Amino acid sequence: MFDALQAFLSGFLYDWLAVLITLVIQAVVVILPIMLAVAWLTYAERKVIGYMQVRMGPNRVGPGGWLQPIADALKLMTKEVIFPNQSNKFLFIVAPVLSIAPAVAVWAVIPFSPEVVVSDINAGILYVLAVSSILVYGTIIAGWASNSKYAFLGALRGSAQKISYEIAMGFALVTVLMIAGSMNLQEIVEGQQGGIWHWYLLPLLPMFVVYFLSGLAETNRTPFDIVEGEAEIVAGFHVEYSGMTFGVFMLAEYAMMILISFMTAIMFLGGWLSPFEGIPVLETVFAWVPAFGWLAFKVSFLLFVFIWLRATFPRYRYDQLMRLGWKVLIPVTIVWVFVVGAMQYFKVGPWFN
Amino acid sequence: MVKFIQHHVKTWGLTELFKGMALTGKYLFKKKITVRYPEEKTPLSPRFRGHHALRRYENGEERCIACKLCEAVCPANAITIDSEEREDGTRRTTRYDIDMFKCIYCGFCEEACPVDAIVETRVFEYEFQERGPHIMTKDKLLAFGDKHEKQIAADRAADAKYR
Repeated sequence: MFDALQAFLSGFLYDWLAVLITLVIQAVVVILPIMLAVAWLTYAERKVIGYMQVRMGPNRVGPGGWLQPIADALKLMTKEVIFPNQSNKFLFIVAPVLSIAPAVAVWAVIPFSPEVVVSDINAGILYVLAVSSILVYGTIIAGWASNSKYAFLGALRGSAQKISYEIAMGFALVTVLMIAGSMNLQEIVEGQQGGIWHWYLLPLLPMFVVYFLSGLAETNRTPFDIVEGEAEIVAGFHVEYSGMTFGVFMLAEYAMMILISFMTAIMFLGGWLSPFEGIPVLETVFAWVPAFGWLAFKVSFLLFVFIWLRATFPRYRYDQLMRLGWKVLIPVTIVWVFVVGAMQYFKVGPWFN
Repeated sequence: MVKFIQHHVKTWGLTELFKGMALTGKYLFKKKITVRYPEEKTPLSPRFRGHHALRRYENGEERCIACKLCEAVCPANAITIDSEEREDGTRRTTRYDIDMFKCIYCGFCEEACPVDAIVETRVFEYEFQERGPHIMTKDKLLAFGDKHEKQIAADRAADAKYR
């Protein structure tokens, strides 16, 4: 699709200009829907949590509150950005940028459907892992630049938590790599072809749970949101932020939530594959659903689980959180690496042959 | 041993987590108890204590006889009454002011009144944006009573058997 555009543009422009324009268009085409998704994810979150608490959630702006995200965005954009007196102004501005940049950069390798992926590189998983790790810098720089005790405490907690959980996350990805035999996300999805029982969900069920839990911790969602911990440290690393700088942190957090859902869907739930593959009647009945439709469905369900968890569980204590990460999740993943190795050696099920 | 196995099945099967999520999942579909206020309203009791009003008898004569019991009982000193003799020899108020900023809506004035003249109505949707209008004068209270007399009478009748 984009190759054709580039070929068309280079017909009457410099080659480098054609490439640049294509890249910008690609970025906009991917980032814009994600930003919109983020906006309405905040709405969905407030609505679902409200419903679970037997109230209605936002319902004043527009029919059923549908325009609430726009009102929120307008409010954030028109508010003043306050710089604390003793803060490091340069780092104070850089921090939100460092959070949002990786959160949108990761989308370059996500396969939305068999054809649509911005760049189909062969180390997709590594790229995702590497780029999303940079998010930690946003957190810690925000805490440092604010020159506030609460912000700094939150940033310290956040960076320690994110680094710890990244290990469990990495090991969970190792098992996926062992099954798929590829780091290209498109090939990982294709490796799950052949019906719901071919998905990596079944052989890697514990890894699915571990990955999702680490994802919760990575994105600072409840029950692992001690970075924010409004009861203890007000709002954590972004206490001092206001207006759009705060909004950018929120954007980054929710974009990462969507990303974790996408990654979980791609690696464990068959990405854009239909769940009815190989089932006689249902396969033909649902043949009209586009590949992206299935991916969107799976991702929305996972996002719903994110919100559901938030509505259900109280926040973990910090030492419990570290205990869970280091003493439970990491040993489980290491054990499962060996289990997957054994399954591979004995050629178990439809996954290893 | 059985306990050990049970404990580990429970822990690693995340049963507690699923139980919690089942509960919140159930509440997702429960009927919502929110009242969308300006469009929907909660029912009010006939005893509701809102905006004050002065009542009249059916023949148009004002009920208040300036006994000043309400002024005496008012814990917030919100009521101020002046009185004098009317041409027909009866005692009537010349001034009956309620300071709505002072009033705590306790309903003592209504309880103290021997002739059911001062009452508190169901009306609670009113506001004052500056000083001045918040002093409810006799004229305003009487006019308010005339306007809502039907509701006031119905409320008194509904509550009468409990008094």
